[in-house]
Amino acid sequence: MTSPRRSLRAKQTRRSPLLTALTALMLIYSLVPLVWLVINASKTQEGLFTSFGLWFDGDFALLRNIHDTLTYDNGVFVRWLLNTLLYVVLGAGGATALATLGGYALAKFDFPGKRGVFAVVIGAVAVPGTALAVPTFLMFSKLGLTNTPWAVIIPSLISPFGLYLMWTFAASAIPGELLEAARVDGAGELRTFVRICMPLLAPGIVTVALFTMVATWNNYFLPLIMLKDPDWYPLTLGLNAWNDQAATAGGQAIFHLVITGSLLTILPLLAAFLFLQRYWQSGLAAGGVKD
Amino acid sequence: MFTNRRAFLRTAALATAAITTAALAACGSDDSGDTTTPVSADQVQAALDKGGSITVWAWEPTLKQAVAAFEAKYPKVKVNLVNAGTGNDQYTALQNAVAAGSGVPDVAQIEYYALPQFALGKSLTDLTAFGAGELDGTFTPGPWSSVKTGGGTFGLPMDSGPMALFYNKEVFDKHKIEVPTTWDEYAAAAKKLHAADPKAYITNDTGDAGFTTSLIWQAGGKPFAVDGTNVKINLADEGSAKFAGTWQKLLSDKLVAPVGSWSDGWYKGLGDGSIATLVIGAWMPANLESGVPGAKGKWRVAPMPQWTAGASAAAENGGSSLAIPKAGPNNALAYAFLKYATAGEGVKIRVDNGAFPATTAELKSAEFLGKEFGYFGGQKANEIFAKSAADVVPGWSYLPFQVYANSIFNDTVGQAYVTDKPLTDGLKAWQDASAKYGKDQGFTVG
Repeated sequence: MTSPRRSLRAKQTRRSPLLTALTALMLIYSLVPLVWLVINASKTQEGLFTSFGLWFDGDFALLRNIHDTLTYDNGVFVRWLLNTLLYVVLGAGGATALATLGGYALAKFDFPGKRGVFAVVIGAVAVPGTALAVPTFLMFSKLGLTNTPWAVIIPSLISPFGLYLMWTFAASAIPGELLEAARVDGAGELRTFVRICMPLLAPGIVTVALFTMVATWNNYFLPLIMLKDPDWYPLTLGLNAWNDQAATAGGQAIFHLVITGSLLTILPLLAAFLFLQRYWQSGLAAGGVKD
Repeated sequence: MFTNRRAFLRTAALATAAITTAALAACGSDDSGDTTTPVSADQVQAALDKGGSITVWAWEPTLKQAVAAFEAKYPKVKVNLVNAGTGNDQYTALQNAVAAGSGVPDVAQIEYYALPQFALGKSLTDLTAFGAGELDGTFTPGPWSSVKTGGGTFGLPMDSGPMALFYNKEVFDKHKIEVPTTWDEYAAAAKKLHAADPKAYITNDTGDAGFTTSLIWQAGGKPFAVDGTNVKINLADEGSAKFAGTWQKLLSDKLVAPVGSWSDGWYKGLGDGSIATLVIGAWMPANLESGVPGAKGKWRVAPMPQWTAGASAAAENGGSSLAIPKAGPNNALAYAFLKYATAGEGVKIRVDNGAFPATTAELKSAEFLGKEFGYFGGQKANEIFAKSAADVVPGWSYLPFQVYANSIFNDTVGQAYVTDKPLTDGLKAWQDASAKYGKDQGFTVG
């Protein structure tokens, strides 16, 4: 077991200057916007326009900006942050749960119409969410659900891609023999799923959870058409509204708060990635390797 | 779920455009129920006494304080002030809500240029039924004629934007440039400034429908003539030609900064002197104070440059009305708020918080005229703005599909800003594309 892996690693460590250069370029490409964000979050509205974009201004205002961001307009930013958390926990959490249950069922149970479900799911992966956004809006409007959190949460519960991922993952991660053994030993279906399958599915679940979390956290268009009340805005819409203020006759330009707010907005996602990274890596690998 | 925002937004724009068209078509064919029963002042007062809640869609920043004062005065009334987007975003949302038949606000902020579109689409209540006619003389002529459209009064003027010349005095002094009083002098100043400092421009422009139409307005042009569903578009009339002639010179000599208005680059340019003037509405001081705090004391205000030396013509730029969508739940209470915010005690509250009024009383008050602007070095800028409001050229009207027309401005006229295509060709293309859209919508376009 160890020797083949070692030889594989030896092969991989052979240096390729071209690849290294390309990777370095990609690294810079990915990091520069982040660096820009951190640097500029430390500037005042005035400093933003009078100093070089990629270096600090004399006046280090990061803490003051964070304070102002959190308190501007009676602390509406905090409200948006809580809204976003609500949408992520219920929306992405629910989407992950549904995808896990559905994917497991599709992978491990035979029932009539399974091919039909497969076709529908694959089809759904191909349809962009925006194509459905306006019909969804009209439907929700008939139900009287627009301008409520449900209008954002319910559509977020559906993740065809997550379902497909869990399906293929469950098919390869759970050996059929294991299920048979559990059944022979007298475990009910629910017990089998919770005690035996869930741990095996954990990397897949974390992968789907991360995908749906990012999608819900960054969700812009759906809340844009569904929500009109700023009290229910997620951060994406709220920051956009702040940004628009500068383009309003008589409005207050607060670019420094928009930038600081954006920095604060991505921190939870960064934390989630760093925290769940190891599961994610193994999840991707496990999904990609076929025995 | 939405990883590629641009593509999604594009699809979304198409989808909403389809809805909008359907909504207009639906409204256009529905001619029944067009008679609004009169609502007396007593009935409006009764609605106030009874109380209730109304929803107001507006993005104007000073309404917040007016709402608070209104609620304090009428404790039984709850006003739910919602920023449903700025300009176009809100119009799309409003049209969607009207089409869906639910979630329509009681009151909506609608810019003057967009009002005819909603009025003709029969989405708005004709306020004549509420006795809005008695407010004749309350508002300055420009905004008041803007809300009187299509044979009714479809909104009450909330603010106005009589235009003036804002200029960076520091830059002007440094290069010994005189403040231009005519557009010819303005073009000469543009040349002199750019020659003295290649990084500095007299102003910025990448093609802005509102600005262009306002300058044509000031030049005496009347490119849009509207009579019911009969529309005439002529973007080659005398006023339009005057504008095109002067502006073509500036564009050909590359004397305007290629920076879009309202962008961060724009605010930067206003701060560092590379954009030396703006000819813009009187609401601009609030934007300068918050957006470019560092340039405090450097800027001054002067009357708009003239097309004819010695004249004193002006035009409106921007500004909004408050209107009552027909499908809104509580029209009487909505009108009570409308009157309070646009013609009642709300006006002073809003003006104190930085709004520029559309009411003649405020524009004539000594307190208003005597206000010294620290940002403009202590200058009494309101005197210039109020004079401009009185000098607005009468007789202007926008198209009943101006929202659409303005949305295609950059595809047509905008070409002249980035290529060698003449401005007049761009205006012609704009006219043709607008006319085609109008015809598709069922208007008779001549």
